[in-house]
Amino acid sequence: MNLTVDVQEKEGKSVVLLAGEIDAYTAPKLKEALLSLTEKEGNKVEVNLEQVNYMDSTGLGVFVSGLKSTKENNSELKLVQLQDRVYRLFEITGLIDVIDVDKTVQGGY
Amino acid sequence: MDALKLDLSHYRELLKQYINTQDESALYEAEQISKRSIQHNISLEEIINTHINALEDIYPELPENIQHSMSFLLEVMISYGLALQEFQDLRETQLEIKSEISVAARMQNTLLSTVKPDVEGFDIGVVSVPANQMNGDYHHFIHHEDGTVGITVADVIGKGIPAALCMSMIKYAMESFPSEHKNPSEILESLNRVVERNVDPSMFITMFYALFNPAASTISYSSAGHEPGFYYHAADDTFEEIRAKGVVLGVTDMAQYRQYEREIHAGDMIILLTDGVTECRQGDRFIESEEVLEVIKSFSHLSAQELVENVYKHFEKLQDFHLRDDFTLIIIKKDV
Repeated sequence: MNLTVDVQEKEGKSVVLLAGEIDAYTAPKLKEALLSLTEKEGNKVEVNLEQVNYMDSTGLGVFVSGLKSTKENNSELKLVQLQDRVYRLFEITGLIDVIDVDKTVQGGY
Repeated sequence: MDALKLDLSHYRELLKQYINTQDESALYEAEQISKRSIQHNISLEEIINTHINALEDIYPELPENIQHSMSFLLEVMISYGLALQEFQDLRETQLEIKSEISVAARMQNTLLSTVKPDVEGFDIGVVSVPANQMNGDYHHFIHHEDGTVGITVADVIGKGIPAALCMSMIKYAMESFPSEHKNPSEILESLNRVVERNVDPSMFITMFYALFNPAASTISYSSAGHEPGFYYHAADDTFEEIRAKGVVLGVTDMAQYRQYEREIHAGDMIILLTDGVTECRQGDRFIESEEVLEVIKSFSHLSAQELVENVYKHFEKLQDFHLRDDFTLIIIKKDV
């Protein structure tokens, strides 16, 4: 399986649209893309995970690196529109208390 | 270097003999030349070069187009020789790495080895299988003098060798804690600071730590973002998720961990696991945790050790015998 990473600049923030699976094989690609955004001083980064149907713990590692990088660069990281299975990972690991995660699907329901 | 050159006159005579007679014995000699060439490290292009020189000696009037074709062949062989050399170097390096990894894996097994406790009134089963050579899962039993047992189940996020090295650090950090310091919440809080200070930002650890008191038949526990285990109530034949709140080790230095306690009744089971168990997949389908519990239930008449082994075999078969993630399952059964 694969992961596509699409970055769009809109309304003063970087929106990262992900589609596919995040695992040990695709994580390095995501990490590179994500850190290049969070390392920009003061940047607002929003990652949309609506099209991500599988993520393993390596993916969590990428977002934790991203979070640490926002603290060093005064940037912001927000994850939106997570599928239940992916959200559960953030819930179990207690990372929802540390990373800004918004599960609700925009415009849905 | 002379040692690396073929004997031109010998080759020329042999070639002449073969051109004239197509004699088998010349072919046999040719085979000997090949063998000696390998022994003496004579390159492919050197053999071709010798062939060209011999040919030109035998046929001084060799047509120009044939001469060009021979130069062409020589060029091809030079590139081929370089590529072959590179390939062989890589293969050697690969073999070296492979053997170093297996040494590391053996060392890991020794460093992280643990002894399953033998506790009166309880039956304990453990299975832990790595997906690759090195195991990123970790479980450990600490036998305290007062008869209580510390039980750790952990999963390092980040796979392979760095994860395994990290686990060794955790084990030694835990062993250095004073023995009166054995409350799950305190242990996780101390470990969290160790991991936060010493580990790469993309690496972190989920851990479930329990202090099991067989005499009182109680277990107290805390979790650092670890996959929840299950509690089986024999009285009404139901499973309950063991939820415990707490963030994974190594993300923030201020993390605090709540401690929970429960009593274990006759026939009940405590099931501790890593996400290799609950994240099993069959093709594209995920195995739901209800299914894991059903499988556990179907083997629950067996001894704890047979139980965990059968559950493992069941999921190994479902995944075509190829684990995607390390698999650790511990079951503690209280005798009836």
